[in-house]
Amino acid sequence: MRYILRRLRRLCIVMFAVTLLTFLLVNVLPGDIAYDIAGQDASEEDVQAIREDLGLNRPVLVRYISWLSGVFVGDWGASFRTGEPVLEAITSRFPVSLELMLFAQLLALLLAVPLGVVSAYRAGSRLDRGIAAAGFAAVSMPAFMVAILLILLFSMYLSVLPATGYEPISEGLWANLRGMILPALSIALAEWTILMRTLRAEMIGVLQEDYIALARAKGMADWHILVVHALRPSSFTLITLMGLQVGNLIGGSIIIESIFGIPGVGRLLINAIYARDFIVIQGCVTFIAIAYVLANFLVDMAYALLDPRIRVSAQHG
Amino acid sequence: MVDGTYDETPEAEADGQAEAIAAHRRRNRLGPIFWIPLVWIVFVVLLAVLAPSLGLQDPADIDFLALQAPPNEDHVLGTDVLGRDILARIVYGARVSLTVGVAAPLIGLVLGLMIGIMAGYYRGWTDEIVGTAIDTWLAVPGLVILLLFSVIFGGSLPTVCIGLGLLFIPAAARITRATTMNFANREFVLAARAMGASDLRILALEIFPNIVWPLVAYILIAIPIAVVIEGALSFLGLSVASPTPSWGGMIAEGREHLEETPHISLIPTAVMFVTVLSFNLVGDTVRRRLADLRDRAI
Repeated sequence: MRYILRRLRRLCIVMFAVTLLTFLLVNVLPGDIAYDIAGQDASEEDVQAIREDLGLNRPVLVRYISWLSGVFVGDWGASFRTGEPVLEAITSRFPVSLELMLFAQLLALLLAVPLGVVSAYRAGSRLDRGIAAAGFAAVSMPAFMVAILLILLFSMYLSVLPATGYEPISEGLWANLRGMILPALSIALAEWTILMRTLRAEMIGVLQEDYIALARAKGMADWHILVVHALRPSSFTLITLMGLQVGNLIGGSIIIESIFGIPGVGRLLINAIYARDFIVIQGCVTFIAIAYVLANFLVDMAYALLDPRIRVSAQHG
Repeated sequence: MVDGTYDETPEAEADGQAEAIAAHRRRNRLGPIFWIPLVWIVFVVLLAVLAPSLGLQDPADIDFLALQAPPNEDHVLGTDVLGRDILARIVYGARVSLTVGVAAPLIGLVLGLMIGIMAGYYRGWTDEIVGTAIDTWLAVPGLVILLLFSVIFGGSLPTVCIGLGLLFIPAAARITRATTMNFANREFVLAARAMGASDLRILALEIFPNIVWPLVAYILIAIPIAVVIEGALSFLGLSVASPTPSWGGMIAEGREHLEETPHISLIPTAVMFVTVLSFNLVGDTVRRRLADLRDRAI
C-alpha cells in the first residue's frame, strides 16, 4: 500500500511537470496564431481583438494556471481553428485509437506467443534460427514501411482490404474491422519481435526448472507442459513488457492513423501540429501522457497482483 | 535483451568439453551474417561521404521530360513525382539518415552519461531529482516529444539530431547510473578517495573507464533506432525541410502513386530496410562479443 501511494505521489509530480513543460514549449511556437486566424487583410486592431478573445495577451504562467484549473473541471479549452472543445475532440476520437492499439497488440501477441514458445522449445534448431531471422527483419522495418508494403499487397495487387477509410462500429463490426486490419497489422508486425525474443529467453530458463523435469517424468504431453507449466510463469514478463510497449504503440498509431486516415487521437495531434493549433496540441499531449503513465501504473499493479511471489513479499515487506 | 538468445541453449551446456571448444570456435568465427551487412554499411557511408564527387545528378534538379519515370538509361533508379533522380536522392538522403543515426545517439549518450554518473555517484537528492526528471521525460512517448520539438524549432539537420538525441538520454542515464552504483563503493574508488582524489578525478579516471563499455553496446542498438525514427519523422514531413532529400520523405512522396509507379516508394523503402537491418545485424554480433569479453574478464 505504501508502495502504491509513493508511486501515486510521483505520478502527480510527473504529470504536473509534463503539462507545465509542454505548455511552455507549445507557447514558444513560432508564428502568431492570431495573425493566422485574422487573415491577411485584418487590421492590427482585429488581431489584437482576437488575441484578447483567446486570452493570448496574458502572461504564459497565468494562462497555464487557468488552463490547468480548467483541466480538473473538464474544460480543456477549445480549438483555435474549429472551436471544437478539446476534451470532446479527444474523448470522441480516443475509442478509435484504443481499438487500433488493442487490435495491434492482440495481433502482435498472436504472432509472438506461438513463435516464442516454439523457438524456446526447439532452441538452436533451424526453425528457431528462421524465426530469429524473421524477427531481425521485422525490427528493421518501422510501421510506416510495413504499412506501405501492406497497402501495396493487400489493397492494390490483391484488392481485398481497403487502404484508407475508417468505418465506425455502427456500420457493422466487420466493416469496422476490415478497415482496421491493415493498420493494426502494420503496428503489430513492427512490434512482435521484442515480445517473442523476451518470451523465448524467459521460457528457455523456465524449461530448465526442476518442476518441468518432474512434469516430463510424469509423462505429461509436451504441449501441456509448454502451455500450462512453462508459459504461465513466463507471461508475467510479457505483461511488464507490454506496459513498456505502450509508448511504441502510441507512437506507431500516430503515424499509422495518418497513413490510413483513421480518425483517432494521433491524427488529431498531427493535424493540430500542422495547423499550429496549440491548445489542441497541449490537450493531446496531456491526454497521451496521462494515458501512458496510467497504463504503466496499471501494468505494474497487475504484475504485483498476478505474481504470488511479489504479492507475498509485499505483504511482508 | 537479445544477448545470448540463441547461443546458450540447454543442450549446448550438457555437451562434452571438446564439443564446447569446437562450438566456441565456430561461434567466434565471424560469418557472412556479419561481413555482408558490414560491407553494405561501409558502402553506404562511402556513398554518403563522397556524394558530391560521384558525378550524380543534382538531387533537386527537376527533369520535366521524365516525371515518375521507371528506371532507365538517364535515371538508373528512375525519377520521382517531380522528375528528380531517385539515385541521387537516395545517396544524398543517406547523408541525412547517417548523420542523424550517429549524431543523435552520441548526443544522448554524452548527456545521459553526465546525468547518470552524477545520480549514481552522489545518490541522495541528486538521484531523486534525476529520477523524477527521467520519469517526466518518459511520461510522454518519444515520438510525441520529437514532434513537438521539430515543430517548435523547425526541421533542420541540427534540430533533428538534438531532438532525437534527447530521446536517448533516459536509457543512457539509467544504464550509467546503474553501472556507476556498482563501482562507486569498490575498493579502488575508496582507495582513490582515501588518497585525497577529488570527485571529478575519481569520476573521470576511476569510474568512467569502467562504465563506458555498456554504453558502447547501447549505442549500437541506438543507431538503427535513430535511423528509423528519423525516417518516421521525415515520412511525416517534420524532419529536414524539402528539397533536401531524406529516405522517409521519399517514401512518403511516392505514397500517392503506389498504384502506377510503386518504385518511387519501394526503392527508398528497400534501401532503408537493408541499411537498418545491416546495423542491427552488425550491432548484435559486436554486442555479443563485448558481452563475451566482459564475462571472461569477470
